[in-house]
Amino acid sequence: MDRKQCCVKVSVQPSRGLVDEKFVVLVQNAFPGFQLTVHAHHQCEDGHGWEAFGHYTADATGTVNVSEDPSLGGTYSGAEPMGLLWSLRPVPGSKPGLRMRKKNVQTPMEITVSVYQGHQTEGFVDQVPLTGVVVERWYMAPGVQRIPITEDGLTATLFLPSGPGPFPGLLDLWGGGGQLVEYRAALLASHGIASLALDYLTPKITMETGKMVDNQYFETAYRVLQQHPKVLGSRIAMLGLCFGTSITLKMAVYSQVVKLRCVVCISGSHVQPVDGNLEQILSFFKKNADKSCFNEDNEVIWRDLLLPIPTDPSLKVDVGRLQCPLMLVVGEDDQNCPAYESAMDMKEMMERAGNSHLLTILSYPNAGHLIEPPHTPHARSSSLRTIGSRHMLMALWGGQTAEHSRAQEDSWKKMLAFLRENLYGGTDPGARLISHL
Amino acid sequence: MLRAAPPLLSVQPTRALVDEQFSVLVEKLPLACPVTVRSLHHSEDKDDWEAYGFYVSDHRGVVSVSEDLSFGGTYTGKEPMGLLWSMRPVPGSRSGLRLRRRNVCGPMLVNILVYSGHEGFRGRAPLASVLTERWHMAPGVQRIKVGQEGVRGTLFIPPGPGPFPGLLDLWGGGGGLVEYRAALLASRGYVSLALEYFSAGELQSADVEFSYFETAFNIIKEHPKVMADRVGLFGLSLGSMVSLYLASESTVVQPRCIVCISGNYCYPRGQMLRGVNENLRNRYFDKERVDENNHHIWRDISLEIIKDPAEKVNVSKISAPMLLVNGCDDQNWCTVETAEDITQMMRAVGKEHLLSKLAYPDTGHLIEPPYSPHFRATNFIVDITKKKVILLWGGQTKPHSDAQEDAWRKILSFLQHHLYGSPTLKARM
Repeated sequence: MDRKQCCVKVSVQPSRGLVDEKFVVLVQNAFPGFQLTVHAHHQCEDGHGWEAFGHYTADATGTVNVSEDPSLGGTYSGAEPMGLLWSLRPVPGSKPGLRMRKKNVQTPMEITVSVYQGHQTEGFVDQVPLTGVVVERWYMAPGVQRIPITEDGLTATLFLPSGPGPFPGLLDLWGGGGQLVEYRAALLASHGIASLALDYLTPKITMETGKMVDNQYFETAYRVLQQHPKVLGSRIAMLGLCFGTSITLKMAVYSQVVKLRCVVCISGSHVQPVDGNLEQILSFFKKNADKSCFNEDNEVIWRDLLLPIPTDPSLKVDVGRLQCPLMLVVGEDDQNCPAYESAMDMKEMMERAGNSHLLTILSYPNAGHLIEPPHTPHARSSSLRTIGSRHMLMALWGGQTAEHSRAQEDSWKKMLAFLRENLYGGTDPGARLISHL
Repeated sequence: MLRAAPPLLSVQPTRALVDEQFSVLVEKLPLACPVTVRSLHHSEDKDDWEAYGFYVSDHRGVVSVSEDLSFGGTYTGKEPMGLLWSMRPVPGSRSGLRLRRRNVCGPMLVNILVYSGHEGFRGRAPLASVLTERWHMAPGVQRIKVGQEGVRGTLFIPPGPGPFPGLLDLWGGGGGLVEYRAALLASRGYVSLALEYFSAGELQSADVEFSYFETAFNIIKEHPKVMADRVGLFGLSLGSMVSLYLASESTVVQPRCIVCISGNYCYPRGQMLRGVNENLRNRYFDKERVDENNHHIWRDISLEIIKDPAEKVNVSKISAPMLLVNGCDDQNWCTVETAEDITQMMRAVGKEHLLSKLAYPDTGHLIEPPYSPHFRATNFIVDITKKKVILLWGGQTKPHSDAQEDAWRKILSFLQHHLYGSPTLKARM
């Protein structure tokens, strides 16, 4: 087949999109009925290669529309507009246990989308594709400001949306891996919410003194956000994943300082010593470490550490006292944390206390622990160095890729709507008074 | 002090190519609330450009620029892209301005803002704003300066393995090196050479012979990423004339197809390019008019010229498909009459089937990529006198902008058909 005569073209719209935006991949000018492979490649910041691909057959006009046409095989199947992104996996020969996480959010992820002849499954790097384009995926919208925060001993980054403000705010907490993880806060700021990504496990102060931060660290972070001239101090939310949920629930229920408009907890639990600080919560988990088990691939499963859900009230955050809306996002195949069981227990506690009208539970079958912003690759397991140890373990997070990816897309959409409704909607306390004037 | 949450303004997508649409949505407004949606751009020349529409929110507190009617401003009616194509310099700006992007490696930054109320919005602080980027270059497009063999220009190469069809991109009598259309064409899959053939305002001293254009054409043809038998010509105004002359007289340039926007075909036989404007205007000086604003109209000069066969390119020698794109209100050149005349010349030799013509009502001379602001009259340095005058290009903003949008779509499909071809068509042939 004379490639020169074929002139296949591929286009992706938008060519520069936000990470949570959908795109349309269109292949045109192929021979009708032609078999082809649409392939995506990305080289992440660590230098590892990632790829995804789908097998298609051009229709009578020589066109393949990835948003509408079914993939007949590859790293995803069926009609999957975003399959080229969420099914990305390390290229053959990569080291095991990789997880894709963008560190520098001020530059885009670059993906090369190419079209190959026939239904291929390997050896892409040795072939010249028929055609290809480059696509950018951004965590930061234009005009979003990134502001490192180091005052009052904090290690954090504030992302301010584009515009004069003032904006509602959000405290963003990740989980047990630590580090200052910025990408979710950057994306939330791109949707109009001033978001503070907070490092609370490995902040500068802990790395220098060896001491974990106390509860006041979180109250300080809240205050810094609340008092920022571009933030609406009465409209602040908190978002936590995994261990971040533990902190979030503690602050939402017990803190005298932290007053939240709403709370989102992803893949987390309310089980913790309620009077404990960070260090004590971590020791509580470590005490139960003998409940870890390993599967046949030597991946560690930590969900049992908090099971069974205790009946002792001193070991569970009393969510019956919560006064603001709470959204729980859980994967039913979470192998790291008993998020589903915890959610059911929280529901029961809130029903008994009479505040269950505040609760929304999003529960996803076959979704795992790492419920991230949509259209990003799913890691069923990955290597992890636990805080304070030198060992690398392979942690099993769980989830089946296609369903986990659907869960990411659905939960993100619902989370954004929940945050918008509670942060942009409703009245301010006392506002009704002012409207009479 | 209690502060209310601002309305939620979102633009999708926030980063786009200049020929792509966006949708602007304002939510969480009070119900049935009058607001102004405005665009603001600070140009490379340090002028401020704006457009705005007056809207009223519905009973969900929403304004959708794509769906709702604008009740006034720089555009009215249901106009999803009005915030771009109706842009004009802000009050108090210098006169005769034209907005043309110079640095195509970065985006045009356009701020979209929302204000409460209609009249007098400029005196109020905006309620919300979102910054958007409008790009001429898609990701992965390469920009390469060309300097070999005396040719001055910039080559834009699409991403991907290639090979690609090619285009020689020629602008008009203003001169200089104008890159943005070639960058956009490369973003649509064509290796494009933006060619400088005389310096800005220097047509009178331009030393360029037609071999210059032949060399430029060959640079594209011989590029390793170009399909040598699929190189076309793309010209506007004087650039159209050059394209037609090359296609009819050159033994070297054999274009696969030709796009002529606002084209003229007047080339005094045997003369160098530099003589063109001087010759034409000197001979028909009495036909130059000015309107009530002292804007110069050259259209009547052109009507005289096309009467004389010795002044025209012999287009009947052209054997490539041609797309002629013109505005019926062109005050700079009688482009529609020219197109009719070209049709007659082609018909006489049985080649009319090679012609496709578009003539847009109330559209002027400067038919640019879509959503570019319309320029009815702008500053122009007349090469002979070095005087700065204001030339009347013509067109009414709304129909001219519709024409730009329609023309670009049709130009892209013309290029796709002739330069990329269709496999089934080829099989039949």
